[in-house]
Amino acid sequence: MDKTILDIWVGLFVAIGIAALMGLAMRVGNLTSNTLGETYTITANYENIGGLKPRAPVKSSGVVVGRIDKIQFDTQAYQAVVTLKIDKRYPFPKDTFANIYTSGLLGEQYISLEAGGDDHFLKEGDRVSKTQDAVVLEKLISQFLYSKASEESKK
Amino acid sequence: MNPIFKILSNIGNQVTSRIWRLGSATRLFCLTLIYSSESFRRIHLTIREIYFTGVMSLIIIVVSAFFVGMVLGLQGYYTLQKYGSSESIGVLVALALLRELGPVVTALLFAGRAGTAITAEIGLMKATEQLSAMEMMAISPIARIISPRFWAGVISMPILASIFSMVGVMGGYLVAVPIIGVDHGAFWSQMNVNVDFRIDVINGLIKSFVFGVACTIIALYEGYDAPPTAEGVSRATTRTVVTSSLTVLGLDFILTSFMMSN
Repeated sequence: MDKTILDIWVGLFVAIGIAALMGLAMRVGNLTSNTLGETYTITANYENIGGLKPRAPVKSSGVVVGRIDKIQFDTQAYQAVVTLKIDKRYPFPKDTFANIYTSGLLGEQYISLEAGGDDHFLKEGDRVSKTQDAVVLEKLISQFLYSKASEESKK
Repeated sequence: MNPIFKILSNIGNQVTSRIWRLGSATRLFCLTLIYSSESFRRIHLTIREIYFTGVMSLIIIVVSAFFVGMVLGLQGYYTLQKYGSSESIGVLVALALLRELGPVVTALLFAGRAGTAITAEIGLMKATEQLSAMEMMAISPIARIISPRFWAGVISMPILASIFSMVGVMGGYLVAVPIIGVDHGAFWSQMNVNVDFRIDVINGLIKSFVFGVACTIIALYEGYDAPPTAEGVSRATTRTVVTSSLTVLGLDFILTSFMMSN
């Protein structure tokens, strides 16, 4: 077979392969939405993080502003220490709330930042003091049953 | 002789011959790697083989990927719809294709389409004493025949697997969105959120690369080792398909357990 035709076919084959890979990366995968610019790191302590996982999103008003870097366990306080990487473009006040929420009924868990009114902003390595734990369904149900039972007994 | 001894010696014979074949296949693999600089210096040899193994396999890969994607879409929809989450059909199709079906089915089809061709070609070259003739002319058949085919297979397989996954996702899209009526935006956005580039796409590529090495070297070894008769070549071709398929499925389990462990 003619050598140039062979080259053209093989070139086309490789080009289609690269195009498919790019399609998988951009369209199917999350390569584009994953890139944070420069980040700063803050930590937050929780009694219970529920099913929170590293690389889960950190959102504020529903917009992704960062990602969870790592989750450790503090043996002094017996608390979970979550390290968050936040995009440098989004400064948050010192009295920001960091709450763990669930997207949807059974979806993945994420941390929501709710800005306070402090004039000072969080800096690299700061700790968010105002946190709210993940909601554990069993606790919620038992609270509900307990309050129902106490209502019944009052009647 | 005692029949028990006969059975035992039979088993021992089988095991030693398997190990012997594994060893000589490894030797061929090492020789191929040593001579691989030759196949890149004469790049047109490798390009010619990429044409025959990669480009010629394109049609069977694309058609089967399309149908696999459509079937995944349909089957996924019937089950997911019971739980009211038919939007996550995109995630199901994409993850199934990227992690498992893309690399594995591509490797199985590759073994059937390109592996057999390689085995038959080299077996026939051996039977007609073309390989010995090359050696007589002081041309190493491993550098000239084996190595270009090996690299062609190794390069083609990840490309074919990427094309398989992408076409499969398109097949799933075609069934889910226009035919069944899943929301277009939800299909892509759910897929986007749940498919990770590093974990899913790159691991799929690593898998297909490993399968490419395994399938090609098995096909080459079976051809190189085939008894130089018509029957020998036909048996070698059959063995290529059987051994490649089993190796791919076994390797898939091992690779998956390593990739999913962290």
